[in-house]
Amino acid sequence: MNKSVFLGALTVAGLAAGAAAAATLDDIKARGNLNCGVNTGLVGFAAPDANGNWQGFDVAVCRAVAAAVLGDPQAVEFTPLTGKTRFTALASGEVDMLSRNTTWTLTRDVDLKNTFVGVNYYDGQGFIVPKELGVTSAKELAGATVCIQTGTTTELNLAEFFRVNNMDYEPVPIETNAEAQQQYLAGACDTYTTDASGLAATRASFENPGDHVILPEIISKEPLGPLVRHGDEEWSDIVRWTLNALIAAEELGVTSANVAEMASEPTNNPEINRMLGTEGNLGEMLGLDADWAVNAISAGGNYGELFEKHIGENTPIGLARGLNAQWTDGGLLYAPPFR
Amino acid sequence: MTALTEPPKESFRLSMLIYDTRYRSMTIQVVALIGFMLVAAWLINNTIVNLNALGKPVEFGFFTEPASYDINQKLIEYDNQDSHMRASFVGLLNTLLVAVLGCATATIVGVLVGVLRLSSNWLVSRIMAVYVEMFRNVPVLLWIVLAMAILIESLPRPSAFRGDEPDATMKVFDSVALTNRGVYIPEPLFTRSLGNIHLFGDSALRFDISIDLIVFLLILGGSIYAARRITAWANATQERTGERPRIWHINLAVLFLPTIALLAALGFHLGYPSLQGFNFQGGIHMRNSLIALWLALSLYTAAFIAEIVRGGILAISGGQTEAAAALGLRPRRITSLVVLPQALRVIIPPLISHYLNLTKNSSLAIAVGYMDITGTLGGITMNQTGRELECVLLLMLVYLTISLIISAVMNVYNNRVKLVER
Ligand SMILES: N[C@@H](CCC(=O)N[C@@H](CS)C(=O)NCC(=O)O)C(=O)O
Repeated sequence: MNKSVFLGALTVAGLAAGAAAAATLDDIKARGNLNCGVNTGLVGFAAPDANGNWQGFDVAVCRAVAAAVLGDPQAVEFTPLTGKTRFTALASGEVDMLSRNTTWTLTRDVDLKNTFVGVNYYDGQGFIVPKELGVTSAKELAGATVCIQTGTTTELNLAEFFRVNNMDYEPVPIETNAEAQQQYLAGACDTYTTDASGLAATRASFENPGDHVILPEIISKEPLGPLVRHGDEEWSDIVRWTLNALIAAEELGVTSANVAEMASEPTNNPEINRMLGTEGNLGEMLGLDADWAVNAISAGGNYGELFEKHIGENTPIGLARGLNAQWTDGGLLYAPPFR
Repeated sequence: MTALTEPPKESFRLSMLIYDTRYRSMTIQVVALIGFMLVAAWLINNTIVNLNALGKPVEFGFFTEPASYDINQKLIEYDNQDSHMRASFVGLLNTLLVAVLGCATATIVGVLVGVLRLSSNWLVSRIMAVYVEMFRNVPVLLWIVLAMAILIESLPRPSAFRGDEPDATMKVFDSVALTNRGVYIPEPLFTRSLGNIHLFGDSALRFDISIDLIVFLLILGGSIYAARRITAWANATQERTGERPRIWHINLAVLFLPTIALLAALGFHLGYPSLQGFNFQGGIHMRNSLIALWLALSLYTAAFIAEIVRGGILAISGGQTEAAAALGLRPRRITSLVVLPQALRVIIPPLISHYLNLTKNSSLAIAVGYMDITGTLGGITMNQTGRELECVLLLMLVYLTISLIISAVMNVYNNRVKLVER
């Protein structure tokens, strides 16, 4: 074989490996923490609390992954990303994964070279308006000024919704949720549109949430979920199955309170045993310790616990489970078998 | 034998490239150049290889795909079914708009402040000094955001104009509406419009130019030319006969009558904004984002221009002013005939670089949601298509081109005003 061709191929491979970072797992272990991209501040999903600790439903996914991989839910470095910067940050390796209210679309999956590992919230796009405006349906918004976050699916849905309904509107493009909130409250736009969950979370932080209504129309499907970049299947498997473990744990009745006990010796449910590592070698297959799922679940609880704690009906955000109930309760959550 | 007496003709040896001072500097430059090109080639190759490994080879096909997003401020017609290229073009025009408005305002304010800062009135010169220091020493991004916040929080919302006893009313004979979504001013309309010239057919660069505007400018230009000829004739007559014919009323008529006649023929009238539904309709809508960006950029740049103007004026020695005064020139004429023409040649070169700065600073537009080329091509298009490298390259090319054009134009002007040494 021609030696120079071989050397050339070697350099190319070396350079390529540098950027695409095939071994994300090794990098994380060497670094000792997980770099997770979250949004810039949306209470309930991802926002720093009074002590500067990131809290929220999306944050909890990052912590569960860190716990599964490193055994420590606190070993996460959070990077706040706007809708516009998130994919570049992921593609360039600045973050190892994104957990940022990100809608799974074909373009983002295929053309932007991301791998969506699942859905942690089934959502749809809605509109919020001040009650005094007297609008009761999105179809009455012709001519309205609409605040939107740029770099989102929201922006595209909005354009499509108004075009299909033959209505005019004036878009006001905005970078972050916080700025959108400010403009909306100042009346610089008539309505703010984004994922309905985001609207509920935003409204919860208003001084008088009761003065604002979320219109009944949901104009799109927004399956939100964590994602990683293309090209490292070992890593995407880990994130995917960590999310699945959280969902399956709820279905199987494993909670943060009883997981330690269940993992101490085999239970009489073989699937729980396989997931918690008291039976079989699923952890090893993933390249993780046998107790990876135990750590992930102890980090903050199973899916249901996380939901109730951060965005559930007893929180100011007050979201009902709806589509996000387990399939056994008529929802869409359905974790594949741990086998 | 004779051959021996001649000095030996030195033949070129390779070591001379290093040891001979005649060649050494050349050698170093060539080596450095090769090194530089190797590094550049490595960088480019690395980028292409890595992008291919990521499955994102460099290609510009996305540019002709539909953009699918809407833009609020568009100087040409555009909708979300147009291509990314068209969206970028809309953004480019928005960049140029704010750059032109900004440069013009910055120059006017800057010259004024620079001159006033030299005023003998203590209060005036102090106030100008405070202005300059305040604007020069705070990042322009903060000024942009501040201007936007003030506009949004302090002006009334459109709904405040509604009702029998509205909280807010329109200004200037009910023709201007100041709202927290922008300022609405009357727009010129023609009932018997001559229509538009369509350029570039159906392409993404298609462009309409109003024939009304062209005719208007032609007639105005013609009038100005005629008025100047009349003035020249008056001057000549004065030279010859010592008596100056009265021409101001002729000039006035020549300047205004043709344009007024044209406007009447075209059925000129103003379209006033009025509140309909959620917003004002009709008139020209100057959005908050445009006003905030324009104001902040021009006030910021004006502070620098003021300093240049001040420096330029100070560079003209005081003796010239005194000499001019001794000749009996009044202060205003001293400024316009003696000081400024000379100061300009000091002022213009740095002025060019501030025009360039303003244009490039306009890329901060996205902070207030102004859809310039960075917001369209470098923002939404880049984000929705994931073509970072391609978009950034195009964007750099666009800014480079704009900057080079500004430099070229200003250099031509500079060559005209610069001191001709004899
Ligand atoms: N799901 C949409 C929209 C995501 C989005 O930007 N959501 C907003 C509100 S739900 C958000 O997270 N904002 C927080 C921030 O500004 O960082 C997408 O993926 O494009």
